[in-house]
Amino acid sequence: MRFDVYQREVRGEMRRLVRDPVLLGLVAVILLLLLAFIVFPLAKVIQHSIWPKGVFSPKYFVQFFQRSYYWRPLLNSMVVGSLVALCGTAVAFLFAYGITRTDIPFKRAFRLIAIMPIVSPPFLIALAAILLLGNHGVITDALRLDWDIYGLPGLVLTETLAYFPIAFMILEGVLSKIDPSIEEAALDMGASKLRTFLTVTLPLAIPGVASAMLLVFIRSLEDFGNPVVIQGNYQVLTVAAYHAVTGMYNMPLAATLAIFMLVPTLMIFVVQKYYVARRSYITVTGKPSGIGLKSTERRVKIPILAGMVVLSVGILLMYGVVLFGSFTKLWGVDNTLTLKNYLYVFKVGGQYIADTLEIALIATPVGGILSMLIAYLVVRKRFVGRGAMEFVSMLNFAVPGVVVGIGYILAFNTPPIQITGTALIIILVFVFRRMPVGIRDGIAQLQQIDPAIEEASSSLGAGFFRTFTRVTLPLVAPAFLSGLVYMFVRCMTAISAVVFVVSAGWQLLTVALLYEVDQANLAAAAAYGYVIIGIVLTAIILMRFVVERLFNRGFAPLSRQ
Amino acid sequence: MTDIVVRFEDIVKIFGEGSRREVRAVDRFSLSVEGGQLITLLGPSGCGKTTSLRILAGFENATSGNVYIDERCVNDIPPQSRDTAMVFQSYGLFPHMTVFENVAYGLKVKHTPKAQIRTRVAEVLGLVGLGGLEKRSVGQLSGGQQQRVALCRAIITEPKVLLFDEPLSNLDAKLRKGTREQIRQLQQELGITSLYVTHDQAEAMSISDQIAVMNDGRLQQLGTAEQIYARPANRFVAGFIGDANFLPVRVLGVDGAGTRVACGAAEMTVEQPGARFAPGDEPLLLVRPEAVDLVADGQGDLTAEVLFSHYTGSVVLYALSLPTGERLEVQVANPQERGLLALHTSVGLRLHRRSLRLLEKED
Repeated sequence: MRFDVYQREVRGEMRRLVRDPVLLGLVAVILLLLLAFIVFPLAKVIQHSIWPKGVFSPKYFVQFFQRSYYWRPLLNSMVVGSLVALCGTAVAFLFAYGITRTDIPFKRAFRLIAIMPIVSPPFLIALAAILLLGNHGVITDALRLDWDIYGLPGLVLTETLAYFPIAFMILEGVLSKIDPSIEEAALDMGASKLRTFLTVTLPLAIPGVASAMLLVFIRSLEDFGNPVVIQGNYQVLTVAAYHAVTGMYNMPLAATLAIFMLVPTLMIFVVQKYYVARRSYITVTGKPSGIGLKSTERRVKIPILAGMVVLSVGILLMYGVVLFGSFTKLWGVDNTLTLKNYLYVFKVGGQYIADTLEIALIATPVGGILSMLIAYLVVRKRFVGRGAMEFVSMLNFAVPGVVVGIGYILAFNTPPIQITGTALIIILVFVFRRMPVGIRDGIAQLQQIDPAIEEASSSLGAGFFRTFTRVTLPLVAPAFLSGLVYMFVRCMTAISAVVFVVSAGWQLLTVALLYEVDQANLAAAAAYGYVIIGIVLTAIILMRFVVERLFNRGFAPLSRQ
Repeated sequence: MTDIVVRFEDIVKIFGEGSRREVRAVDRFSLSVEGGQLITLLGPSGCGKTTSLRILAGFENATSGNVYIDERCVNDIPPQSRDTAMVFQSYGLFPHMTVFENVAYGLKVKHTPKAQIRTRVAEVLGLVGLGGLEKRSVGQLSGGQQQRVALCRAIITEPKVLLFDEPLSNLDAKLRKGTREQIRQLQQELGITSLYVTHDQAEAMSISDQIAVMNDGRLQQLGTAEQIYARPANRFVAGFIGDANFLPVRVLGVDGAGTRVACGAAEMTVEQPGARFAPGDEPLLLVRPEAVDLVADGQGDLTAEVLFSHYTGSVVLYALSLPTGERLEVQVANPQERGLLALHTSVGLRLHRRSLRLLEKED
C-alpha cells in the first residue's frame, strides 16, 4: 500500500474511532493488556539472555554451544520431537483412516478413546507408563522383565499417546473431506486398492499429515509434564530450563534455553501456518462426505481394526492402571485396596483443589470473554492496530509454555507490575495462554453470523456495546459456552507455564501431582489424577446440561481443538 | 423550495486502494434526494449501488467525497448515530429474538416507555398484516413474513431515511410483486425519504419516484421511469432499461422538423428536441422492438427479411435482417389477429417517430 493512501486510511479510521468512545477505549485497553502480558514477558526473556544485568553479552549463547550439558538437551528434545511426530502421526492416521474411510464397527468408541488424552492431564500417561512398565510396574513384574522405561523409550511412548489426539483431529478433518468418488474414479480405471491409497488418498492427505506432524513436534518440544516424570537421564530442554530456574536460580541461562526452544517452535509454526496449511487440496464442496463408502475388504479392514484395538486397549489399560493405582496402599509393594489416597488428597490437597478451582473459575470466563471480544474486533471492526492485535494475541499459540513461564517470572517479579506469588499471575498465565484457541474459535463462530444482523442493530441506533451484548453474544452463546469448557479443562490440566508461577500461597493440583510423583508416592499421584479427571468430567457434563436446556442445541466441546 | 434530505457529493470508493486488486466501486457519484421521495439505485451487479447505500448508512467509509443527511455532513458519524434504517437483502433479523423483540429493538435502544413500545409494535405489524404474530420466533415465519418483519423493524423508529438493499431478491416472483406494492404504499403513507437498491428494472420502474441508473460506479441518468425509458441519456441506459435495437445512422441535416438521418439507403427524420448532431455525424438510432409496425413489403421506412420468429402467445418476436446486414428485433402484440410471418419473407417497417432516439456512439 502506498504511504499517502495508508496515511489517509489511518486518519479516516482514527476519526471513526474517536466518535465511538466505547470502541476506542476497548481497543486501547486490549492493546495495552496484550503488550503487558504477551509482548513484555517475551521481551524480558530476550533481554535476559543477551543483556544479562543490563550489559550486552552473548556469554550464555557461547556457553550453550561449548558445554554438552547445555546443548545436549536441545538435541534430545529434537530427537524426541521427531520420533513422537512420526509415531503420533502414524497412530493418528490409523485411527482417522479407520474411522473416516472404512466401515469398521465401534467407530464412536474408538473416537472417544482417541480424544480421551485431551481431557486428562497429559502427563497422566507418563504416570501410567511407570505404573505399567516401571521398576515395580504391573507388566514388568508379571513378565519379570529387566528394562528401564525412563529415558528415550518412555518419552516417545508417553508423548505419542498424549499428543496423537491433536494429529487425529486434523487428519480426521482432512480425510473425511476427501470425496469418495475420487477414490472410486481410480478404482474404476483399474487401480488396485493399495495403488488407489498410495496414489490418490495419501497424496491428497499429505498437507494434513505434514500439518499434524509439525504440530505434534511442537507439542512434544514444549511438553514439560511427561519429561519431568519420565525423562530419567535423557534430559530435554523444557526440564533443563526448569532446573536452571528452580535448581540453579540462573535466570540468564534459563532465558537462553528458552530462546533455543522458542526459535524452532516459531519457525515450525510459521512453516505450518503459511506454507503447509495453504497447500491443502481439500475443497469444501458442501456435499455430505462418507456417502458411497462401500464395505471395506476384510484383508484391509482386519489389520486396521487389529491395530486400533491394540492401541485402544493400551490406552484404556493406562487409564485403568492409574485408577487401580489410586486405590492401592503402596504401589508395587502392597497392592491391597484402600481409600486412603483419596482421603489424603482431600485432606492434604483440599486447599489445592480449592485454589485450582478458584483460579480456573476466574480465568475461564475472563479469558473466554476477552477472546471473544478480540475475535469480534478482528472480524467485524476496522481500526488502527487491528493487524497487530490479531498477531500478538495469537503469538502465544507458538510460544512454548515454559518460555511463557520464564517470561512471567522475569517480567513480574519487580515493579511496575509486581505480582509474583499471587493468584493473579496464575490467572494471567491461563488467560493469555488459552486465548489463541478461544480467538480462533470465536473467529470461526462469528464468520458464520450474517454481518447484516449486526449492521441491522447498529442502523437501529445501538452502539458497539449494546450490539455486542444483545446481538452478537447471544448468537454465539452455545458455541461460546462449549469453548469455555475446553478452556476450563486446559486450566485444570495445564502444567508447563504455570509451574513457574505457583507459590506457597497458591498451589495447583497438577503441580501437587508432580510433587507426589517426585516423592515416589505414585498411589497418591494417581488419586490426584483422578480427582482432576473427575472435576473435568463434571464440568463437561454440567455444561452440556446447561447448554442443552438453555438453547436446545447440540453441545460439542471436543469437536474442535 | 424543496428540502434535500440526502445528498451524495462526489463520492469515490476504492476497495484495496494501492494494492494490485484495486477496485473503484463508486466513482464521483453525486445525487440529491428530496424529502418524502423514493429513489431507486438501479444497475447491474458491481455497479456500485449497494456500496453507495452502505456509505450512506455508515457501514462503509467513502474514500473521498461527502454524504449529507439534512444538509449535515455525516462522513464521520457511526451508523448507530445516523438517522437511517436499513432493510437488508438477507433481512438480518435477530434469530434469537421473537417478532416482537425484533421490531421493538430500535425503540428499546431509544428508551421508549414499555407501554408505548407495545402499542407501536402492534400498530406497525398491523400495517403489514402481521398482527398477532408478536410471540412467534422469526425462524417460524415464511420468507415473505420475515421480509415484512424486517420492514417493520426499520420503519418503527420513523427514521429520516429508509434504506432498502435489494429487499425482494430472496422472494419468489409472485410474492415480490405484492410486497413491492406494499412497500411503496407504506413509504408514501409515512412519507419517509427512501433509497432503494435493486438490479430489477421492473421493480425499480414500478416503485420509484425517480430512478438513478448506475454503471461502473457512475451515475448514468437520473429520471422518472418514463424519462429513462423513453429518453435514455446514453447507450448504456437505453440497453439496460428494456430491450433495444441500435442502428448505425448518418446525419444528413438538421431542420425545424428534426434531425434527418440516413440508414443505409433509407432516409427518415427523427424528432428529438435538444438533439445536438451535425451533418456527417454517425450516431446510433435507438429503435424499441415494440415501436415498429410491420407493413407490406416496399412500404414504410425500411425493408427487412424475417430471420427468425419466437412465438410466446401474447406476442411474437421477429428477428429481422436489414439490407445493410444489421439485425433488428421487432415485437408484435397479439399475433393471432395478424397471422404469423413465414421465414425469409420480406416486410416493410414503419418506425414510430416519437419513440426514436439518436444516441452518441460509445466505444
